[in-house]
Amino acid sequence: MILPFFIIIPLLAAFLIAMISGNRDYWAIIVSVLTMISLAVLALFNFGTIGGKTIVYEMGAWKIPYTICLTVDAFSAFMLVIISVIGLTSLMFSIYYIKHRSPSWKYYALFMLLITGMNGVVVTGDLFNLFVFMEIALFAAYALVSYGSHAEEFEAAFKYAIMGSISSTLVLVGIAVIYSATSTLTMAIIAERLPQNLKVMYWSGGLFLAAFGLKAAIMPFHAWLPDAHSSAPAPISSMLSGVLIKALGIYVLIRLFYNVYGAPPIFLTIFMVLGSISIIVASFLAIGQWDFKRLLAYSSISQVGFILLGIGIGTPLAIFGAVFHILNHAIFKSLLFYNAGTVEMVLGTRDLRKMGNLTHILPYTTTTSMIATLSVAGIPPFSGFFSKLIIIIAAIAAGYPVYGGIAIVGSLLTLVYFMKVQRYGFHGEKIIEMEDIKIGWGMRAAMIVLAVLCLATSILIIPGIKEFTLDPVVDAIINKTGYITRVLGR
Amino acid sequence: MTVYLLCFALLLVGIYGLLVKRDLIRIIIASGIMGYAANLMLILFAYRRGGLYPILEKGKTVGARVMVDPLPQALVLTSIVIELGITAMLVALAIRLFEKNKTFDITKIKRLSG
Repeated sequence: MILPFFIIIPLLAAFLIAMISGNRDYWAIIVSVLTMISLAVLALFNFGTIGGKTIVYEMGAWKIPYTICLTVDAFSAFMLVIISVIGLTSLMFSIYYIKHRSPSWKYYALFMLLITGMNGVVVTGDLFNLFVFMEIALFAAYALVSYGSHAEEFEAAFKYAIMGSISSTLVLVGIAVIYSATSTLTMAIIAERLPQNLKVMYWSGGLFLAAFGLKAAIMPFHAWLPDAHSSAPAPISSMLSGVLIKALGIYVLIRLFYNVYGAPPIFLTIFMVLGSISIIVASFLAIGQWDFKRLLAYSSISQVGFILLGIGIGTPLAIFGAVFHILNHAIFKSLLFYNAGTVEMVLGTRDLRKMGNLTHILPYTTTTSMIATLSVAGIPPFSGFFSKLIIIIAAIAAGYPVYGGIAIVGSLLTLVYFMKVQRYGFHGEKIIEMEDIKIGWGMRAAMIVLAVLCLATSILIIPGIKEFTLDPVVDAIINKTGYITRVLGR
Repeated sequence: MTVYLLCFALLLVGIYGLLVKRDLIRIIIASGIMGYAANLMLILFAYRRGGLYPILEKGKTVGARVMVDPLPQALVLTSIVIELGITAMLVALAIRLFEKNKTFDITKIKRLSG
């Protein structure tokens, strides 16, 4: 019965931090680091032991049609691992970074609430409960985006909050439509009852596509993302870009459209079209940016497009590529945001034109950013290459050569705009002389850990390891009847 | 059927306000109106004409009459609390934006673009 702890531990930590820390943030750091370490251990243990099983926890000992149930299958366990590992490195990075800017225990309390919300969305098996946890995560995200207290940050947070409240309303309307047709909120029972009612499926599907598409920043719904992700403090940008848009957007889209709706072809086509639009348009917008973090934010939209293309194609191979790309994107995009944060802290600017040759000033940052760039651009030994290659192969194998071509073009464009970052940002001609600026060990450790992971996750592609890590995840996604029977226990 | 159409009209009023209004406070109110429409819709789905209140007292029999569905009412209570939080957050952000820019007009607060 470890499921409730994924929610209880960070929620308790958030309130504990608010209670015990007075003016100093000393206790807040200790409590939040302990929380994230315990969550990471729990999540890794959970993912290691889950295999093809589904753990179901019924709250308050009520039986399933009447209760809020928590369910964890391989896919949820996989997302929990991503959330806790990236969260842990992000916290390590935060400790020195926030001390440098404006230290406060409030940051750590909000960070714990963010983790609570995302963990809750991932473990829940109940549609309305998902909505509630989503709001918890979004509250924390709005507050954290505006944490730096500059005018731009408030503007970005306001924009984000308005877009978020629109999408929340759409989710609520979608839930109302589904409840009126099926009289239940448990997702497994909805999955059982809904396919007889195509009209309701299309209505609610359209509402959920718009709502969670807004959360995932798919191309027509992307306007808030570049502002919010570039204005937030760097560790929060990495959490938002690396984890939040996937836990709240992509994860819920996959869970609803695969496990609940049973992958209706019309929505899969929409996924493919929107995914390829995101890949191409966001890449071109990224090429035009000179603000480092804004460029990374547009790159996130483009990479999410790859994931969406993968889940739109819908063959097991494509799903495997998409799931693998979720992991890889979380790792390399978080790493790139840490690099951007370090550069911003040392040079005081995010403008690529004002950066220069950073090889001697920031050796760790330059090296790790090079590794992340090679991974995101898809250079062979790094993990990003394999996930993109799998998605492209799957597109061609499934008979969509055009989408495969779009993915190849998008991959080349990714290389273009990251070469721009390397050329101007880290290996520029301008010689920058600075006195020795101290980067905390936590920041350095966070970057090195993720750089190692960039290379290390490539081993997940080897067949023997793939069998017991990513294959159960793919199976959990495509097997709708399996999801229903395992949750309802028949 | 008419009530559903009116409920949808309320949703459209909210969307119109969000899209067209230039004032931060009006935008916040419009997002509130949109939320009310969603809540109202949930309540309308649960309503049964001539239904009983959904509490089973001792000795009370329902008979042929139906009960109002209690679950959406619980959902709406939760959703109202969430909306209160969102509105408070938005108002707080609007106040800080006013302190920084001395205006509520969003066309004049435009530092981020592109």
